[in-house]
Amino acid sequence: MATSVEFPIDKSLGTKLVYEMMRIRRFEEKAAEMYTKTFIRGFLHLYIGEEAVAVGVMSALTPEDNVLCTYREHGQALVRGIEAGKIMAEMYGKQEGCCKGRGGSMHLFDVSRRFYGGNAIVAGHLPLALGFALADKKMKRNGITVCFFGEGAMAEGEFHEAMNLAALWKIPLLFVCENNLYAMGTAIRYSHAVTELEKKGASYGIPSRAVDGMDIRAVLQATTEAVETIRREGGPYFLVCNTYRFRAHSMFDAELYRDKSEVEEWKKRDPIVMFSDYLVNNNLATHEELASLEKKVEEEVNESVRYAEAGTWEPVEQLEEFVYQT
Amino acid sequence: MNITYREAIKQAIREALRSDEKVFLLGEDVGRYGGAFAVSKGLLQEFGPERIMDTPLSEAGFVGAGIGAAIAGMRPIVEVMTVNFSLLALDQIANNAATLLHMSGGQINVPVVIRMSCGIGRQLAAQHSHSWEPIYAGIPGLKVLSAGTHEDARGMLLTALKDPNPVIIFEYTSMLNLERELPDNAGAVDITRAAVRRQGTDLTIVTYGTGVYKALDAANELAATGLEAEVIDLRVLRPLDEATILESVKKTHRVLLVEDAWRSVGIAAEVSARITEKAFYELEAPVQRLCGVEVPIPYPKHLEDASVPQKEQIIEMAKSICAPVLN
Ligand SMILES: Cc1ncc(C[n+]2csc(CCOP(=O)(O)OP(=O)(O)O)c2C)c(N)n1
Repeated sequence: MATSVEFPIDKSLGTKLVYEMMRIRRFEEKAAEMYTKTFIRGFLHLYIGEEAVAVGVMSALTPEDNVLCTYREHGQALVRGIEAGKIMAEMYGKQEGCCKGRGGSMHLFDVSRRFYGGNAIVAGHLPLALGFALADKKMKRNGITVCFFGEGAMAEGEFHEAMNLAALWKIPLLFVCENNLYAMGTAIRYSHAVTELEKKGASYGIPSRAVDGMDIRAVLQATTEAVETIRREGGPYFLVCNTYRFRAHSMFDAELYRDKSEVEEWKKRDPIVMFSDYLVNNNLATHEELASLEKKVEEEVNESVRYAEAGTWEPVEQLEEFVYQT
Repeated sequence: MNITYREAIKQAIREALRSDEKVFLLGEDVGRYGGAFAVSKGLLQEFGPERIMDTPLSEAGFVGAGIGAAIAGMRPIVEVMTVNFSLLALDQIANNAATLLHMSGGQINVPVVIRMSCGIGRQLAAQHSHSWEPIYAGIPGLKVLSAGTHEDARGMLLTALKDPNPVIIFEYTSMLNLERELPDNAGAVDITRAAVRRQGTDLTIVTYGTGVYKALDAANELAATGLEAEVIDLRVLRPLDEATILESVKKTHRVLLVEDAWRSVGIAAEVSARITEKAFYELEAPVQRLCGVEVPIPYPKHLEDASVPQKEQIIEMAKSICAPVLN
């Protein structure tokens, strides 16, 4: 596992990375608050603790690349550039949301950014991702496709079909497993007979690697290398990011399946704290600069709430829209 | 005693586990998590991991395993977390569970019970709000049950486990916290007949699932306006209990069919056809349907509510069907 890497990080990149992670963290804390206040309903899955994965991976992409995520996708959506207000409004169900409020938290889409969900059937988007990569290959475009999923998804048949097809067709697809050790309440040892997940990619002939998903430098470095490999060789790559979710699976979860002490232990490796320390220790940021980033993020998140609250409900007469393309 | 729908299901599972050691519960997060909707909370501690088996996310795999184990002599209760994910196991159910008896010339029967929670109304958006009862109700070889009351949530499982055929039981997530009176000795119930949940003379409302309590509430309000609606809970979506429906039509001569599932090719469509075939001359008015609007279910509350039948609409349609009686 790559832990102590020396990926070149200058002040501007460092600031950008820490800012993106802070933004996800604060945005989601606010979303949780608004869920408790019942402005947001349905399922809400928080990414808190896993920020280094989304920010690290997404920072290695270009606008030509396609991105497909799970229902735990607020982080990726923010990094991809969907405005926080549009995401918050979507979670409120307002028509000013990025999907007119039709999808909610689990279904964020923005075609202009090649951001294809927000997919809530576990592993259901892996075959879809194959198609995006296949189309890019057939049309000789430069883009690659990135598909995020949890380790729980790797027990589904669709994961195995997708791996085999990607390797067989040699298509430019980056599989990113966000291994947060739990699929709802099922710990990885109860869902996988082989828990070194990268071995599964290798068994399909796909270059595979596991990385410390709490260390954004490691994630960024590994993704950069993965993307280079894909662009050079044309075929798929499998990246496992070992991480942890600090919060419950969703807002309905009583967390009977894990000890509080385990969560506390992982919180000592908070990706934002670790990277902030790195920046300060290497003279890439000062405490004052970090504090002012926090403030900026806070304002941005508050603004997203104002935007969502000012939003409007789609008229019920439009209920039957978006069923067929006319 | 008043108990929740959730508790009713749990009591049934517990009773089944206690009374037959071949019974075991198999599904995602049924054990350590306590069930996605806390239905099986505590059962792992009570019965141990051999009988409360957590599975990985592998719907085709564990549903197929349940089918195989049932053939091989066990009595698995397979829980598919929600009906939405059951499509991944549909091949196992439709191509294995439903066909083996026939293909083997009667040698292999499949006594598996598959429970799935379903329903609309918790703002879970399009991929998590499916009403797939009509898909399963269209498959010969399956018995398909819908627990629209606490009594059935408590009783259907026990009878299903005694049945030599594959039985699918639909449970409704939006009813889990609902409390109703249930006698202490409530237990196994018949799984062949529809139930007349309310007697009436002016109109028959046929429904199932979450429609049952809604229709009963609507019928009570209609009574205040002088209309006596008979409410039929289909309970068994396959094979349909035609006799109970036809008998009611002969009495009331007017029919309103209510279901959450999409209008086209739904259970209501089938019931309507049967009535037209067998009781056409009994009808005083065209059979009417109040079904799900044909749109993937949207996330916002107001649009979600507008997608499925509401009590007010049942009342309104009942009145319009009965307009000649009222005048
Ligand atoms: C096919 C399917 N089965 C079950 C579910 C219910 N469910 C939603 S998330 C989840 C756990 C997924 O775990 P994992 O893939 O590890 O991702 P994580 O939630 O940990 O990010 C389950 C069981 C679902 N949405 N889809």
